[in-house]
Amino acid sequence: MQRRVYMDHAATTYTKQEVLDEMLPYFKEIYGNPSSVHGFGREARKAVDLARERTAAALNVSPEEIYFTSGGTEADNWAIKGVAWANKERGNHIITTSIEHHAVLHTCQYLEKMGFEVTYLPVDSYGLVYPEQVKEAITDKTILISVMFANNEIGTIEPIKEIGQIARERGIYFHTDAVQAVGHIPVDVKDMNIDLLSLSAHKFYGPKGVGALYIRKGVKLHPFIHGGAQERNRRAGTENLPGIVGLGKAIELAVSNLEENSKRLTAMRDRLISGVLNSIENVRLNGHPTKRLPGNANFSFEFIEGESLLLSLDMKGIAASSGSACTSGSLDPSHVLLAIGLPHEIAHGSLRLTLGDDNTDEDIDYVLEVLPGIVKRLREMSPLFAQHKGGKHYV
Amino acid sequence: MYSEKVMDHFMNPRNVGEIEDADGVGEVGNAKCGDIMKIYLKIRDNRIVDVKFKTFGCGAAIASSSMATELIKGKTIEEALELTNKAVAEALDGLPPIKMHCSVLAEQAIKAAIEDYRRRQQEKQVNS
Repeated sequence: MQRRVYMDHAATTYTKQEVLDEMLPYFKEIYGNPSSVHGFGREARKAVDLARERTAAALNVSPEEIYFTSGGTEADNWAIKGVAWANKERGNHIITTSIEHHAVLHTCQYLEKMGFEVTYLPVDSYGLVYPEQVKEAITDKTILISVMFANNEIGTIEPIKEIGQIARERGIYFHTDAVQAVGHIPVDVKDMNIDLLSLSAHKFYGPKGVGALYIRKGVKLHPFIHGGAQERNRRAGTENLPGIVGLGKAIELAVSNLEENSKRLTAMRDRLISGVLNSIENVRLNGHPTKRLPGNANFSFEFIEGESLLLSLDMKGIAASSGSACTSGSLDPSHVLLAIGLPHEIAHGSLRLTLGDDNTDEDIDYVLEVLPGIVKRLREMSPLFAQHKGGKHYV
Repeated sequence: MYSEKVMDHFMNPRNVGEIEDADGVGEVGNAKCGDIMKIYLKIRDNRIVDVKFKTFGCGAAIASSSMATELIKGKTIEEALELTNKAVAEALDGLPPIKMHCSVLAEQAIKAAIEDYRRRQQEKQVNS
């Protein structure tokens, strides 16, 4: 049988057995509505409370500051729109970056249509945001700064603590989309002066369809989903009980093994990166060499296009992703790769490999064994490569 | 998302390469958009006796190039000019809607190569 290698953990992870085991009773045996007064309801409520405590402990915050959502996208939408609408008397200016996830970018673009002003900060060639630039962008109308903790495509980790400090000094709310960071790198909300933080369970071996927004006590924001009194009147809708239980277990597991996992993944990642850079010509690493997520490797291969690279890898059993236009569903390649200054044609040839718990050293060997041949085959088909080699032109 | 035929023509593309003494060469698309197709024709007595391609692009672009070259091989110039992007897509058992432009590129590349051939023929006549 062909080897199957999953290297798309930034897209999603599998649900760990321990997590699934904790979730299962909450479908059939303990199925009460946490809002109900009776015993069935109270059992369910207890489970939600425990998950909230575990999530709070993982972030170094109080349980009352954790609000469960349907995932990272809802948490981002809620944080940004919620703050914007609740603070519009104070100002209409929001600062974010040009490399945010679409859950943040498109939310900000919606608010621009509603009369808000948004500054999209540039990043350097590694994808780093500069705290001084955040400071300079602040006006007396600024009500929110939203900067992602770590980038989902190129893995660059942003100077969150420094930006948080600037926001705190100026009395401006600071939100961070930490979907790629939580459970993978240390996140200390108190120490980093974070007011709002989004996370998603399926990025750290929990189930899909559940996430959370941390809201620091005292932060003024409107509810996003209106209805019942769940989540202390701030997020309506019957709780996703099994999902929330799964999130709680997954975040506890991820944080307790964080150091060890991070070390293991970083070593594998670095071997993958140096292996690719050493065995293939005309390739570059996207993102910062060291300030990057432990499992993230992102390359651009010149003269070839990302989707054909993904299909070829898939035929060899390797699951990866790309920022090429053909995989983004639009005509342009990834906004992140363009923001770090890559020309379109290089951005089209990007490949993201994101490692996780189930990957082994043999998986790295396998990728390093098949990737050079795939790149070679596609280059031999590419007219750009022929030009580069300075071969004969017959036009 | 791709048919088996697309995957077959992507993994085992027919007619990849260049023709050194081609009679007509057509190149369409640009690197910025992520698609470039270059088609080389060898023509004898108004018939396409050989055709090769080089493509920078996604799986559908490579498969469309491969299929289009297969479809015009051995055909007369007039027959090749009748090849539509729809015929290329149909021969591949369909393309996803977002990838239809790849078949359009293939049609355009062939037309460009034939145009180049005719231009060269005219130049030859003028010079002789």
